[in-house]
Amino acid sequence: MEPIHEITLTVDGEQTTRRVTARRSLADFLREDLGLTGTHVGCEQGVCGACTVRFNGEQIRACLMFAVQADGARVDTVEGLTETGDLTRLQEAFHRNNALQCGFCTPGMLIAASDLLIRNPDPDREEIRAGLSGNYCRCTGYHAIVDAVAEAAQNGKEAEQ
Amino acid sequence: MKAARFDYIRPRTVQEVLDHLAEHGDEAKVIAGGQSLVPTMNVRLAAPAVLIDINHVEELSGIEADKGTLRIGALTRHAEIAASETVAAHAPLLSMAAPWIAHEAIRNRGTFGGSLATADPASEWPACATVLDATIHLVSARGTRQVAAGDFFQGVYETAIEPDELLTHVEIPAIGEGYRAGFSEFARRKGDYASVGVAVQGRVGASGAIGRLLKRGEGRLHDLRIAFFGVAARPMLATAAAAALEEQPLDESTLKAAQEALPTDFTPMEDLYMSSAAKAHLARVLLGRVMTTLYHGEGR
Ligand SMILES: Cc1cc2nc3c(=O)[nH]c(=O)nc-3n(C[C@H](O)[C@H](O)[C@H](O)COP(=O)(O)OP(=O)(O)OC[C@H]3O[C@@H](n4cnc5c(N)ncnc54)[C@H](O)[C@@H]3O)c2cc1C
Ligand code: FES
Ligand code: FES
Repeated sequence: MEPIHEITLTVDGEQTTRRVTARRSLADFLREDLGLTGTHVGCEQGVCGACTVRFNGEQIRACLMFAVQADGARVDTVEGLTETGDLTRLQEAFHRNNALQCGFCTPGMLIAASDLLIRNPDPDREEIRAGLSGNYCRCTGYHAIVDAVAEAAQNGKEAEQ
Repeated sequence: MKAARFDYIRPRTVQEVLDHLAEHGDEAKVIAGGQSLVPTMNVRLAAPAVLIDINHVEELSGIEADKGTLRIGALTRHAEIAASETVAAHAPLLSMAAPWIAHEAIRNRGTFGGSLATADPASEWPACATVLDATIHLVSARGTRQVAAGDFFQGVYETAIEPDELLTHVEIPAIGEGYRAGFSEFARRKGDYASVGVAVQGRVGASGAIGRLLKRGEGRLHDLRIAFFGVAARPMLATAAAAALEEQPLDESTLKAAQEALPTDFTPMEDLYMSSAAKAHLARVLLGRVMTTLYHGEGR
């Protein structure tokens, strides 16, 4: 019998206790055990960025962590961050700029972009590109995505003033 | 694909880690950031029977400077090094290299020790450790030992670490007065492993105390350590190129002499994307860039 671990963690603000096998990835745990399918799974190699979530406040790859390692942690997914309104400005800018086509990359893009804007509220286009360099868009709509992040940053600045 | 089954252990102290490593030997693997190990587990290139998670062993993380030595714990994340003022003051080369490693999400998890233990020939930390003459501290149930970076990296993904050993921390001599660091890299995309990269540290000035009074773009180069990565199975010290620059001001002819010495130091190995000749060309270009910035540029 494969050993089972009981884990307790806070996902999108809600504490939950589950039983998992050690090899269950955090990404699969979120999607299949918790039904939070906003977090996507592409490469399972850390390369595409579709599975990016916040782990104790920092963006990480959910495909490169096992759920058992998240015991005691706080995990925030695109769904929770949508509910709290943390992503609203970015989501509106993505919408206005047609920064999504199939939408597969979008959750990861939103997490990476929001993390970038927290660290650097006024990035130039080069910095936006660097900040999103770890996220693939296979529809290749990169220009629109960079436009959207630039617009969200600009709107953020105006809202501050 | 998904990882094969394994037993998971989460020790809290180095001693517990060592006991598990001694008990399970080859069957076990330590997981630090998981940013190199988990991708291989996900395609079952690696299938350890036991995974020893060191992320909760507090004594393995942290950055400290004391008496001219910078100490970096194995579990210190790339992102922590990138943000550390202590690192910037004592080993600015590491601060320059950090943003070149992967992407933010990976830098938040990946660790200094994990990168050294992985010894990817195209990775940044091993080359920096070689330039800085870092001392790598290893411990096992059999005792502790220290390995100089120059002896630690042995081949593609091969290091001096034995299966029952844990890398605990690295010690780096703090940068000396009058010394400057430089780093440059060419990668196909931002955040990718390097096609070719170069790390440098050395002193600019006259011999003796007057060296401190020199402005940018003046003075002679001394004591340069130049390491290229992405060109061989392990970081390559370019000693012939460094010799061509020793005691010289950086002008066109000395730079050219150094570039022409590079084939004495190494013939690059080709990789999936780039021929040996293209890498040799890039190495020359990068040497020019890094030396010009080090000599004329801003910052340390
Ligand atoms: C998409 C992507 C891009 C990347 N790009 C780059 C890049 O450009 N440059 C770069 O340098 N790296 C890159 N990396 C790799 C990244 O830097 C890893 O973090 C690093 O190579 C391994 O560190 P880790 O802490 O994640 O180690 P892990 O993946 O946890 O472990 C790797 C290996 O080291 C061993 N190990 C780990 N810690 C110790 C220890 N303390 N003692 C003994 N053995 C130990 C493990 O057992 C395992 O065999 C990239 C990774 C990804 C996924
Ligand atoms: S699925 Fe995690 S990075 Fe691609
Ligand atoms: S919108 Fe289709 S992958 Fe980016």
